[in-house]
Amino acid sequence: MTWETVIGLEIHAQLATRSKIFSTSSTAFGAEPNTQANAVDLGLPGVLPVVNKDVVRMAVKFALATGAAIGKRSVFARKNYFYPDLPKGYQISQMAFPIVGEGVINITLPDGNEKRVGLTRAHLEEDAGKSVHDLFEGSTGIDLNRAGTPLLEIVSEPDMRSATEAVAYARYMHSLVRYIDICDGNMQEGSFRCDANVSIRKKGSETLGTRTEVKNVNSFRFLERAIDFEVERQIEILEDGGTIVQETRLYDADRDETRSMRSKEEANDYRYFPDPDLPPLVIDDAFIEAVAKTMPELPNVRRTRFIDSLKIAPDDAHALCADKQMANYFEAVLEGQNFAPKLASNWILGEVFARMNKDDVELVNMPVPATELGDLIKRVDDGTLSSKLGKQVFDALWSGDTGVDAIIESKGLKQISDTGAIEGMIDEVIAANPSQLAEYRAGKEKLLAFFVGQVMKASKGKANPAQLNQMLKEKLKG
Amino acid sequence: MHDKTLTEQASLLKARSISSVELVDHYLERIARLNPDLNAYLCVDEEGAKSSAQAADKALAAGNAGPLTGIPIAQKDIFCTKGIATTCGSKILQNFKAPYNATVVDKLAQSGTVMLGKANMDEFAMGSSNENSFYGAVANPWQRDRVPGGSSGGSAALVAAQLASAATGTDTGGSIRQPAAFCGITGIKPTYGRISRYGMIAYASSLDQAGPMARTAEDCAVLLQAMSGHDEKDSTSSTLEVPDFTATLNDKLDGLRIGIPKEYFGEGLDGDIADAVHSALAELEKAGAILKEISLPNQSHCIPAYYVIAPAEASSNLSRFDGVRFGYRCENPQNIDDLYTRSRGEGFGDEVKRRILIGAYALSAGYYDAYYLKAQQVRQLVSNDFTDAFNEVDVIAGPTTPTTAFKTGEKTDPISMYLNDLFTVSANLSGLPGLSAPCGFSEGLPIGLQLVGPVQQEARLLNIAHQYQQITDWHKHTPEGIA
Repeated sequence: MTWETVIGLEIHAQLATRSKIFSTSSTAFGAEPNTQANAVDLGLPGVLPVVNKDVVRMAVKFALATGAAIGKRSVFARKNYFYPDLPKGYQISQMAFPIVGEGVINITLPDGNEKRVGLTRAHLEEDAGKSVHDLFEGSTGIDLNRAGTPLLEIVSEPDMRSATEAVAYARYMHSLVRYIDICDGNMQEGSFRCDANVSIRKKGSETLGTRTEVKNVNSFRFLERAIDFEVERQIEILEDGGTIVQETRLYDADRDETRSMRSKEEANDYRYFPDPDLPPLVIDDAFIEAVAKTMPELPNVRRTRFIDSLKIAPDDAHALCADKQMANYFEAVLEGQNFAPKLASNWILGEVFARMNKDDVELVNMPVPATELGDLIKRVDDGTLSSKLGKQVFDALWSGDTGVDAIIESKGLKQISDTGAIEGMIDEVIAANPSQLAEYRAGKEKLLAFFVGQVMKASKGKANPAQLNQMLKEKLKG
Repeated sequence: MHDKTLTEQASLLKARSISSVELVDHYLERIARLNPDLNAYLCVDEEGAKSSAQAADKALAAGNAGPLTGIPIAQKDIFCTKGIATTCGSKILQNFKAPYNATVVDKLAQSGTVMLGKANMDEFAMGSSNENSFYGAVANPWQRDRVPGGSSGGSAALVAAQLASAATGTDTGGSIRQPAAFCGITGIKPTYGRISRYGMIAYASSLDQAGPMARTAEDCAVLLQAMSGHDEKDSTSSTLEVPDFTATLNDKLDGLRIGIPKEYFGEGLDGDIADAVHSALAELEKAGAILKEISLPNQSHCIPAYYVIAPAEASSNLSRFDGVRFGYRCENPQNIDDLYTRSRGEGFGDEVKRRILIGAYALSAGYYDAYYLKAQQVRQLVSNDFTDAFNEVDVIAGPTTPTTAFKTGEKTDPISMYLNDLFTVSANLSGLPGLSAPCGFSEGLPIGLQLVGPVQQEARLLNIAHQYQQITDWHKHTPEGIA
């Protein structure tokens, strides 16, 4: 039997505000426990929430970026449950009237195909604190620094049909929220979290199967593996004649498996109701227009521009635009330069990417400024440097040297394009290798590479390869 | 000194005929003597009161005094006071000291009042008799075996017994007006949002509203002025400008249209109260008002709607009292569920538990539409009734309560207790201002006249009550045994 996988994602994007969603405490990560929790975050008696306007602005930005409907009158609701790191005994969220409504986005899959994914909604809510289980013997510590951190929960329709599609969608959202500066996207610190609703059904069936919700996935790789595991598990159960239990399952990356956390029967009745402490959030057109003016160019628009105006190959444009900082870097490299943009794209996706991966460096910490890389590419393009010498200059820049021309000068890396000098070296090499010359002339043309190598060696690698090749061939003919 | 109204005391202070320190010492002496029988104060802050009084006297001497400088008041123990215990009448907050002041506390302190102490109340403001306080019932100064009303019972009793110039209260379903009526004082619940709720421990957030309780409408006007205004820390507080409540106190009542809801004079209303209210209305008519019978057709649905909405909000508001971060925690909890269950089980009283259960039930899956949503629809209908009525009349008048103060321990059935709120909850459900002023006696117990006005019309209510108090002297009667 063939099965079809059905996946919907719930993404929690932590909004990159300075203060919390309903209080003035800082949201900075990594502070000493409970140093960023004030009376409101602690849920002390009599305190009241006040909405951080920045949060509203960011949610509207998200709606504008995705083309989703803006909830002009959204309502905060209380989700009631007891948990030690939930100070008030309820989480302020949005239920019936979210700030962002339905929408549709188109994502590009790794095979190049487009995929249409429906957005159900996106709503604002506060994060809970953290329970610390391993610090105190026999008791649990509570850190409320994270309590009240603003989250935008982005809910998709169950439109994804494979783990690959789910990851492509998650990556798209990850890229988008960083593009529009509403989330730092740091998955390790929990700024961007994915929960996957996974079900399977017989191919051709219109009804959805019973789903499980997979939580605790903190990287795209784990997302893919967790879904794959879950799909396999469900298929096995159904093929053995069993039934799927609707439940929440936790992904365990160490064991690469999902485990039951709680079933639907054990699930809380959250007793949602509108929060009487917060009037409905009303967003007027003027506010939306003001936010619209701050919108950056979106990744898909930018990609199209790279392809159409800068003549970048579609795959390369996609890769460059996946990360806003990378695309910015690319454009900064082109700033004030005349070479073909494609050269910069090749350098970034080739040498720069490789080096960043090798040294495990993030773009923000990249040691080579865009202007330096631009100057370097210019020197390769104008023939001052061969691409091989270019890489040597790049190495120098990477290790902190500055000024491309100064590096070329000080290291004596300038390419030799003087035909007289090259001719002199060719003559010497030919004179020193009479037997190879004879063999070449007898038809063993493979020996061209030997002569090129010898001359390059003599030039200490600086001979202009194109000139060298052309002149050497002439000379070898005799 | 204690038999003077707040306004009279303020004049004496300003004229420097008395000092705030003298006034405070006088009240402290009275509290020490009279409070043990009344149990109206939960705590008295002698030291703080004396130092505030000294500061007030300095301001008075320097000529920087406002209308409240040096006036001793009590705060209902629902308002958080920095460094002074705030119990909300509950065991669960027995040793709780907030690290901040409620906005009301700050505003009244800034206006120069001196806080003598914290007033007893029904636990978490749930009750109509003050019998639900973990710290004991409060005696009604008029007859000690009677209740003072609730939930602001301590505030009402201490004002009636002249143990402070005035007190603050809060009113979710009648908790200022009903005890004001039972104790023969004047109290006003302003429009929802007029006074900040920040630092006022929430019972039912969409209904809770603070207000002043004092001897006269004029005193209430001065206090309301100091308490009102938008607060950035409370998103539900009104941004509308606060009018001068004292400026219109002396306006004449000529042409004032008073609506009398026929539903307020039906079955269940004590005959003496009906007579007293009709007499009061006749006085107002003599003063120029026009009386008109009106109808509030959904009046009978108010109590059921209120007792769904208020407990629903309470069930959520009181979740934070979990024994984890502050307040009462049970001995030797075995695990987190045990900690929750026993801390809350031991920390909350019966009425609080009853309302948490009712509220959680009304919000639970499968019942939400039938109870919570239906109650909200009724709430809208009740509100619409008022909107319709105010097309015809300027204010609405009637009895504050169906009976006078009942005996402590007399009402054991929660429903009969809830019926005390019969005439008061509609103003909370609609967010409207409501005032109660003394208008007679029945067998030695005070009777309250209630006035309800359109939103933001507190000044009108205070004006009518003040004019009424110019031509009657019910508010000047004082209980025996408080000399």
